[in-house]
Amino acid sequence: MPVVDLAATTVRELNRTLHGLAEGSNETDWEIRNPRGAHAIAAGLDAPLTVTIDGPVGYYCAGMNKLATVEIAGNAGVGVAENMMSGRVHVQGNASQSAGATGRGGLLVVDGDASARCGISMKGIDIVVKGSVGAMSAFMAQAGNLVVLGDAGEALGASIYEARLFVRGAVVSLGADCVEKEMTDEDRIILEGIVDRAGLAGEVSPADFRLYGSARKLYHFNPDHIDGY
Amino acid sequence: MTARAQTPPRPAALFDSYAISEIHRAAATGIYDIRGGGSKRRMPNLDDLLFLGASMSRYPLEGYRERCATDVVLGNRFAEKPIHLKIPVTIAGMSFGALSGPAKEALGRGATAAGTSTTTGDGGMTPEEREASALLVYQVLPSRYGMNPDDLRRADAIEIVLGQGAKPGGGGMLLGQKISDRVAAMRTLPPGIDQRSACRHPDWTGPDDLEIKIEELREITDWQKPIYVKVGASRPYYDVALAVKAGADVVVLDGMEGGTAGTQEVFIEHVGLPMLAAIPPAVQALQDLGMHRKVQLVVSGGIRFGADVAKCLALGADAVSIGTAALIAIGANDPRREDEYRALGTDSVAYDDWHEGRDPAGITTQDPELAARLDPVLAGRRLANYLAVLTLETQTIARACGKSHVLNLEPEDLVALSVEAAAMARVPLAGTSWIPGLA
Repeated sequence: MPVVDLAATTVRELNRTLHGLAEGSNETDWEIRNPRGAHAIAAGLDAPLTVTIDGPVGYYCAGMNKLATVEIAGNAGVGVAENMMSGRVHVQGNASQSAGATGRGGLLVVDGDASARCGISMKGIDIVVKGSVGAMSAFMAQAGNLVVLGDAGEALGASIYEARLFVRGAVVSLGADCVEKEMTDEDRIILEGIVDRAGLAGEVSPADFRLYGSARKLYHFNPDHIDGY
Repeated sequence: MTARAQTPPRPAALFDSYAISEIHRAAATGIYDIRGGGSKRRMPNLDDLLFLGASMSRYPLEGYRERCATDVVLGNRFAEKPIHLKIPVTIAGMSFGALSGPAKEALGRGATAAGTSTTTGDGGMTPEEREASALLVYQVLPSRYGMNPDDLRRADAIEIVLGQGAKPGGGGMLLGQKISDRVAAMRTLPPGIDQRSACRHPDWTGPDDLEIKIEELREITDWQKPIYVKVGASRPYYDVALAVKAGADVVVLDGMEGGTAGTQEVFIEHVGLPMLAAIPPAVQALQDLGMHRKVQLVVSGGIRFGADVAKCLALGADAVSIGTAALIAIGANDPRREDEYRALGTDSVAYDDWHEGRDPAGITTQDPELAARLDPVLAGRRLANYLAVLTLETQTIARACGKSHVLNLEPEDLVALSVEAAAMARVPLAGTSWIPGLA
């Protein structure tokens, strides 16, 4: 397994190396040592690699990830897996703000808590947070699924479109146009599938979650809803 | 019998016909006015400046004989592949969604023929647009509609949009009637609903974060692409300085004359700065940082003629960007369709309901029948012609001022026709050596 020590190599060199791997390369498993909170580690990956990072990362780790599996043995800074397209990103610690922001696909798992704006403007990504999420999470969330085993902060799902928000704990408050919904069989199947992929099969029960989504009252601008904006 | 003397009807300056009709409209509908385009109010603008031309102490260049270069390089601060433009005029970002597919293709064709760049918009990059555009700038907007790393790598430059001149501090709303299935799919939203474009970026706040965001985009694209930062003209000195600090290769400054696909009239007319007031502080910021001509400044908002281009360059910009004028060049506001504009309750000159998607010219629409009216090949040719005229006019003025390159134009070549314009542009009032506020 290639090992890259960021105490001796720059992030730019690391990313260029990962981006430049030939299709079908046998060097698919990488270990990154001494990340020391550096930004944009493993950003823009576009191959089925497995990258393990031994420590905390800064902003935008695994940003816009495609196909790759990125394992972060530590905390993650702002925007981990932002705009992820596919693949899997696992944060073994806590995640800062905007985790999984605008993500379009793939799976982001956070073992700890995720701060404010987790899943903001998400567009198809699945996010599992084993702890709690901060305020304004899933703001303007368009598509995909946010699964929170703990609690959610203020204004969850404000101006939400078609994303599903599954929360097992308490919700401080719902944002504009976000409402609790009855969970259908389809919702339950989706939740079970995500929980399985996150490695939580048998550990949590879909019955313990409540589902939140869009009331769809803001889909067409209406001055009569001015109090809701 | 003599007629009794009568006071003639006297409309109030404040309550003019527009104000009265707007109050009636608001009272009848309960909703503010939304429209496309930029500010329509009279304000100090580039027409308030004049070039002095050559004289005893200035030596002109021979028209049609001596070379006056127009090429511009954008993005050579950090990017490994800066953009080389043949002319100092680019096409501003306008979305597929706001514009029809043929209109976007026409912009690409025209820009390519003229040797310049065009720009995507809020909604992502279409394959047709990429195909038609030799140089394509890919916008990273707060909504991130359609954002993906493949298009980032396919782009020739990346433009992080913080704001627009028409609505600095505002997001956008593409109304449901323009949300076709294709537009909806590109934005990952249901067809037919109003689509809000956020006013804040989802994953960074403030200039320190922006620096890291730029670093991420450079990492994803292996430091190949120039990265622009676009701001609406609001606090240009500080915005430009902070964009430079954040690591931008190019700053794009959009004045309040700049158009929008559609937003509130009150926003368009009452928020932001006109170009005349915005360019000098932006240039000052670059000069104070020692970055003038190292970080390029592209300005936009209300550019119509080569004289406007020349004045922007003389004030210190490296290039200009056009949006509204480009749409007109490809066929918008076409007087040959006057009857159709009148049927919409407007006329070909005033038409600005771009958000409604009923454009008779087939440009600001997603209606397939209307969109099919625009021939992208012919429209692209028209845009190339117009860009050629802008360039020729700019060269004409530059030669008259004795410049062998249009970027050699300078504030010393200019005077202002009003005290206000002199103060904003920081050039002397015509016939004096007085620059209000500076001397």
